[in-house]
Amino acid sequence: MAQKVLIVDDDPSILLSLDFLMKKAGYAVFIARDGAEALDILQREIPDCLVLDIMMPEVDGYEVLRQVKENAATSHIKVIMLSAKSRETDIQQAMELGADNYITKPFATKKLLEDIRLLITPWPKSHL
Amino acid sequence: MSSWLVLSMSFGYLLLLFGLAFWAEKRGKTGRSLVTNPYVYALSLAVYCTAWTYYGSVGRAAAGGMQFLAVYTGASLMIPLFWTVLRKIIRVSKVQRLSTIADFISSRYGKNISLGMLVTVVCLFGIIPYISIQLKAIASSFEVLTGTSAGNGSDLVHDTALYIAIGLGIFTILFGTRSVETTERHEGLVTAIAAESIIKLVAFLTIGIYVCFVLFESPAAIFEQVAERESLSHLLVLQGDFAYGEWFWVNVLSMGAVILLPRQFQVAVVENVNEKHLFKAMWLFPLYLFLINLFVLPIAAGGSLVLGSMADADTYVLALPLAAGEPALALFTYIGGFSAATSMIIVSTIAISTMVSNNLFMPLLAGIEPLSTRLGTRLSPLLLGVRRAAIVGVLLLAYVYYRGVGEYYSLVSIGLISFAAVAQFAPAMIGGLYWKGGTRLGAILGLSVGFVLWAYTLVIPGVIGADLLPAHWLTSGPGGFELLIPTSLLSVEGLDTLSHGLFWSLGSNLLLYISGSFLWPQGSKERNQAEVFVDIFRYSTVYESSIVWKGTAYMPDLRSLLEQFLGKSRTRKALLEFEKKYKIDLSSSQLADPRLVTYAEKLLAGVIGTASARIMVARVVKEEEISLEEVLNILRESQQLLLVNKELRQKSAALQKATQELSAANDKLQRQDELKDEFLYTVTHELRTPLTSIRALGEIVHDNPDMEPEQREHFLATLVKETERLSRLITQVLDLEQYESGKQQLQRSSCTADELVNESVEVLHQLLSEKGIRLDVALQPEMPPLEVDRDRFTQVMVNLLGNAIKFVPAEGGRIQVSAYYLDGDFKFNVSDNGRGIDPELQPFIFDKFFQAPHQTKRKPKGSGLGLAICQRIVALHGGSIWVESQPGKGSRFSFTIPRNSTSHGPESTDR
Repeated sequence: MAQKVLIVDDDPSILLSLDFLMKKAGYAVFIARDGAEALDILQREIPDCLVLDIMMPEVDGYEVLRQVKENAATSHIKVIMLSAKSRETDIQQAMELGADNYITKPFATKKLLEDIRLLITPWPKSHL
Repeated sequence: MSSWLVLSMSFGYLLLLFGLAFWAEKRGKTGRSLVTNPYVYALSLAVYCTAWTYYGSVGRAAAGGMQFLAVYTGASLMIPLFWTVLRKIIRVSKVQRLSTIADFISSRYGKNISLGMLVTVVCLFGIIPYISIQLKAIASSFEVLTGTSAGNGSDLVHDTALYIAIGLGIFTILFGTRSVETTERHEGLVTAIAAESIIKLVAFLTIGIYVCFVLFESPAAIFEQVAERESLSHLLVLQGDFAYGEWFWVNVLSMGAVILLPRQFQVAVVENVNEKHLFKAMWLFPLYLFLINLFVLPIAAGGSLVLGSMADADTYVLALPLAAGEPALALFTYIGGFSAATSMIIVSTIAISTMVSNNLFMPLLAGIEPLSTRLGTRLSPLLLGVRRAAIVGVLLLAYVYYRGVGEYYSLVSIGLISFAAVAQFAPAMIGGLYWKGGTRLGAILGLSVGFVLWAYTLVIPGVIGADLLPAHWLTSGPGGFELLIPTSLLSVEGLDTLSHGLFWSLGSNLLLYISGSFLWPQGSKERNQAEVFVDIFRYSTVYESSIVWKGTAYMPDLRSLLEQFLGKSRTRKALLEFEKKYKIDLSSSQLADPRLVTYAEKLLAGVIGTASARIMVARVVKEEEISLEEVLNILRESQQLLLVNKELRQKSAALQKATQELSAANDKLQRQDELKDEFLYTVTHELRTPLTSIRALGEIVHDNPDMEPEQREHFLATLVKETERLSRLITQVLDLEQYESGKQQLQRSSCTADELVNESVEVLHQLLSEKGIRLDVALQPEMPPLEVDRDRFTQVMVNLLGNAIKFVPAEGGRIQVSAYYLDGDFKFNVSDNGRGIDPELQPFIFDKFFQAPHQTKRKPKGSGLGLAICQRIVALHGGSIWVESQPGKGSRFSFTIPRNSTSHGPESTDR
């Protein structure tokens, strides 16, 4: 069964490319156009990975991240922040809230896919 | 009227005065002093108006018409004309701690003992008769009121004047000698005096109004009746024999009296708490004199008409209401006169008793070393005792004088003779204030000769008139020497007695003062004092150092000296104050600081007068002669130090200001820097979004050559759209930068509103029809043309329309553009039926990247710079732009362009 990725961004062009990239990589893709929609989807679906923009209307990426990491049902979801915010303080805030990775826009498509793969591929037991 | 009633009224009044003084003193102690009020000061100066004014003016007016006014015209002019002199006297007295006029003169001439004694003696001779006539005034007003003859003929037991004198003595002792320090102000006393000034004024005005409007129909009616009587014509006109010489001299005398009379010196100088009060007194005192004289002539005329010679003209104010059957009014008038007399007696007595103790008694006692040493700390109570005894003595002498010779004089003549006596102080005093060359010898010579001539030419004629000396002195001269006739000395004739007396006494006084000053050189101490007095305004800021001293003194000696007079606690307090002031520790050395010696001398001067203080201090210190050169050097040094200090203070203040300004500028820069940083960050952030898409899409197309052609097409189209978005953003950022830096210039041309609106609509025409939005344009017909930058204006319109298109609902979107011209302004509106703008956000929407602080809340479509640019374009045209909006109901953006606009810089948008 394909691993699930939830993409959250309010820019249609970015969603367009991310959707294409994730599907091509073989993930089952869910799309949310803002934070509220993302939280809504998370009620029904537990994805393996969350690709999360920060600056969105109403409910921002930090808030989504906080809720995801606080809720026991979702806290295991790997979260990759994907934001144009590039300040050290922005990154630190996300990390403190429990983000697993932080990638600044614009991003290299291959690197993004590689990071996601590394995050959500279960380690073979022998490696432990 | 019963004697008991009048007597009890008198003492009741005195008791009230006691209460008032007591209350005022209590108030002063709790910091709510009344004497800090300039009106109280001005009113206390009116102690000038005695029973002489109250009763005597009417008497004199009845006899000589307008002549009586001279005493007040001169006095009125004194402060307005010579307030600088008065201020200088006040300043010198405060700095040098002078408490009487005797102290003042003695201090100026090297703290000379004999000069102080001389002045005291002149005052005693000059003022005691003056006090006695006040007693006489009280006694005779009492007689008039009660219809008895309780005066001279009666025995002591029934003599009202005696009781009054005793009562006043008690009052004066209670409120005038509470503290041994004479420079300490008598708050209660001054308040009481000010109150008495009000009472006598009100009483006199009351009787004046009564005579003018009740007894007669009007002042005019009085004078009409007077005009009908030949015998009274002198009341109305200045006759041919009007005594111009006397008029002149009385003016001069009264001018001097305002400051030279001991009681005036007391209230005007010693009791002054603030030099600025002079400015209030400058108009208030003359006004007071004007008011109290307003009814003198009508009363004199009315009295002459009604009573004629049936009553002494001096008592008209009482006799008139009595004759008209108004005893209550007469009683009130009596109280007014009583207050006039008592205030004069009280203040004069205090001033003279201080002189007697400080300038007569103390120097004598201080001269007897073993005696004063043995007395030790009992000196201070002794001094108070002396002062109290002096008060009793002065009042007693005045009483005796009244019983003896006072009978023969009218109120006015004795008053003028007193004025002439104190006028003898003028040369030494005024000369000493403005002429450094005036010397002790000159002052002593002038004053003593002037005094003798005053007595000979002004007092002796009166004594002869009282049959106490042979009458032929006035016709053939004493012993037949005609040159010695008191009223025509050396055959100087053709002058009235007063002018003649003043000519001789004041003339020789002045001449001897000047020639004596040239004759004999000044001593060093005298020179120092002359320097300090004349240049007081240069030195008074230096204060303690203004009196220079050189020599050695031991702390314990100085301390025990102070304790003798001030008592232990007051001494400790004074020394603490000194330590604080100069920031030195007195216990660190047995040798006294030279400044402390000066300080101690001044403290003592406040208690025992300058001359005595000098003797006492000289006894405990070993002084070295100090040259004028040294004095001046020290004074100059302290002055320079003060100057340098001031400069330093100014400089440090300027430095502090500069620092503050710098730090403010720095703050502003930093804030601007932060804003710039924030702007840059926002700009790069905004640039990253399209860049992200461009890169991602590019990589996808590149990495996936086998994509569906349609999908590739879609991806490439999006990529191109994002590139456009990017370049638009860059253009706008650069645009904005142009406006912000003021580099943007407008290319104005004449356009019509139609053209401008249509051009803008044209740009968006396709978009509008694609989205099915209904656009209404409503323009006022025949608007005048606009002078605007066509492209920039269109940019604004397009931007507003673009925003409207973005926010109207997908179905049934409506936009309306309207424009009209009103009162020199063009107004354009763009309304939509979109979702509207949150009221909280409305103030920010014209800020660049306004969403920056709200970015996580609301991400607008567009660059976030459009409205900011619109605002700057409109501002550049001299107009303004704003929005009205209700969430859910749409927005209306409006802007104005003035018809005759001048180019304005863009408004600051810092927030």
